[in-house]
Amino acid sequence: MTGTPLLELRNVNKIFGAVHVLHDVNFAVHPGQVTALVGDNGAGKSTLVKTVAGIYAADSGEQYFEGDRVNITSPKEASALGIEVVYQDLALCDNLDIVENMFLGRELKKGLALDESTMEQRARETLASLSVRTVKSVRQGVASLSGGQRQTVAIAKAVLWNSKVVLLDEPTAALGVAQTRQVLDLVRRLADQGLGVVLISHNMNDVFEVADRITALYLGRVAADVATKDVTHGQIVELITAGRSGSLGLAPSATPA
Amino acid sequence: MSTDTTPTSGLAGSDFASDSHSASGLREAGRDYLTRLRGGDMGALPASLGLLTLVIGFSLASDTFLTELNIANLITQAGAICVLAMGLVFVLLLGDIDLSAGFTGATGAAVMALMIRDQEQGWPLAVLAGVATGAVIGLVIGVLVAKLGIPSFVVTLAFFLALQGALLRMIGEGGSVRVDDDFIRGISIDNMSVVAGWSLAGGIVALFALASLMKHRRQVRQNLQHLPLSVVLVKIAGLAVVVLGLAAVLNANRSKNPNFPIEGIPWVLPLVASLLIFWTYVLTRTTFGRHLYAVGGNREAARRAGINVDRIRVQAFMIGSSMAAMSGIIAASNAGKVSASSGGSNTLLYAVGAAVIGGTSLFGGRGKARDAVIGGLVIATIANGLGLLEQPSYINFVVTGSVLLLAAAVDAVSRRRRSAAGVG
Repeated sequence: MTGTPLLELRNVNKIFGAVHVLHDVNFAVHPGQVTALVGDNGAGKSTLVKTVAGIYAADSGEQYFEGDRVNITSPKEASALGIEVVYQDLALCDNLDIVENMFLGRELKKGLALDESTMEQRARETLASLSVRTVKSVRQGVASLSGGQRQTVAIAKAVLWNSKVVLLDEPTAALGVAQTRQVLDLVRRLADQGLGVVLISHNMNDVFEVADRITALYLGRVAADVATKDVTHGQIVELITAGRSGSLGLAPSATPA
Repeated sequence: MSTDTTPTSGLAGSDFASDSHSASGLREAGRDYLTRLRGGDMGALPASLGLLTLVIGFSLASDTFLTELNIANLITQAGAICVLAMGLVFVLLLGDIDLSAGFTGATGAAVMALMIRDQEQGWPLAVLAGVATGAVIGLVIGVLVAKLGIPSFVVTLAFFLALQGALLRMIGEGGSVRVDDDFIRGISIDNMSVVAGWSLAGGIVALFALASLMKHRRQVRQNLQHLPLSVVLVKIAGLAVVVLGLAAVLNANRSKNPNFPIEGIPWVLPLVASLLIFWTYVLTRTTFGRHLYAVGGNREAARRAGINVDRIRVQAFMIGSSMAAMSGIIAASNAGKVSASSGGSNTLLYAVGAAVIGGTSLFGGRGKARDAVIGGLVIATIANGLGLLEQPSYINFVVTGSVLLLAAAVDAVSRRRRSAAGVG
């Protein structure tokens, strides 16, 4: 790869008690690219995301952001760097509207009072810049939105703050065909705007459709980090389930029995 | 420079075209409102209709119900319930409950009364001490609920019992403390001058009209979502009718003795009104209010958004208990004493009932300060009306209990309809 990655992890280890969850993990996110993070349940995807998001501190290893050595120890530090995570369960408040949700916890103020006008305008501009046209009104309650629209709002909330890296945890898991389409288009547009996007997914169709690179985790180790165009569907499935596929993947000796 | 560069705001405007056209006139706004009602978003409608029904019913059944004297009485009786319920709205918004609020109020009032009687302090310091007592009780409850994780039902049930003990200890078995400070008594028994009353009423209407119209103009100018002008005007007219009508009734002479005219707005009314305006502002215009709704709506989402959930919960209990103390002081002003039974009996259930009848959800996340006032008026009207009809007091209990049950049922049903219709 050419150019400095936006975010890079080198030799990151994470141990919970007796379980070695992340084993010398190297992971890079490049600007303008969608990096898919794949792996079976328990491979360490969520732990890796939570380490990047500052929820867990890595036990050893190095983290670089735009080439600078950083040490992310809290979610606040992660968002200060420009790293945002969109969690699977979305974390939206049903009793608030779209604008209120997008600015939740980081409300703009004018003196003592909330600056509703600016928040509404900025929310609208952000949604428009993502070419979101399916939402009727930015003052609509979030409860009245479809699953895809809720996902859209959650993603828009993440990019509202000029974030540079957006991690999406299973964004299409609960969606129908048309809504999956919308969200994948949105993921692609984020990358086209120069953001580094990490897509965690179990769905190989989604991964092959939008990802530029694929990082496969197998039992806490990186089995492969490959360009999407160089691999086939079948190879990735083998990497996920067995840790290796032909010349790709972990050496047989390194593969835990 | 090329001329075809579309400014971002213009692009945004075209994408959300429906924002500025969502309701272009009264009829469309009315249709939107009906859709919201069917979706279970009832707001203050059931309570307002209930109040209207009660007023019509009681005025048909009793000649004295609609007299100026009785209306002034009713408002004085409703004051303490409304203030207690307003405080409870904050706790209910979180999906919690404060069963001890009635006795918190009586304890605060007892501290105030004893400060005046035994320490010979003036009323400002005494009231401050009373409200501070409430705040401290709320702080302890809030910390136990938020930090230790004991359900609020249990914590406040314990306080319900313990505060009764504290109250007995302070005023002595079977005794009572007289409240005869002129200012404190005056809250309930003195009236504003007629001129002051009219200026206050006119001022409130003028300020509301000005604020609404300015907000509307700003929203239109900045191309934000807004209500149609006709709806704004109808709202202003509605408020003007209620406020000025009430002022006219209360400014009329209501004395039965022609030699001693009684006229003017009882002081408790502007007191409740200013608390209503203050807390409405806090709930709708400040970060604290926004975070309170967020914590009540989805605690985990609020936590992930970086909101200090524990602090918000403690603050809500502190507001609830401080308002309870204020309500206790208003009740003491009305009764002229604080006794060991103050704040007991149905005080708390009336207040919870008032908030729920007004439209505050027991499930958290939904409610407004105004709910407490509308619901408080419903409760006070039932008590007042049944009293005038000289019904035995058991009827009063049964009717109020049924109304509370009805309100909770409306809350539960509209919640189910909301989730079916997908409207928050």
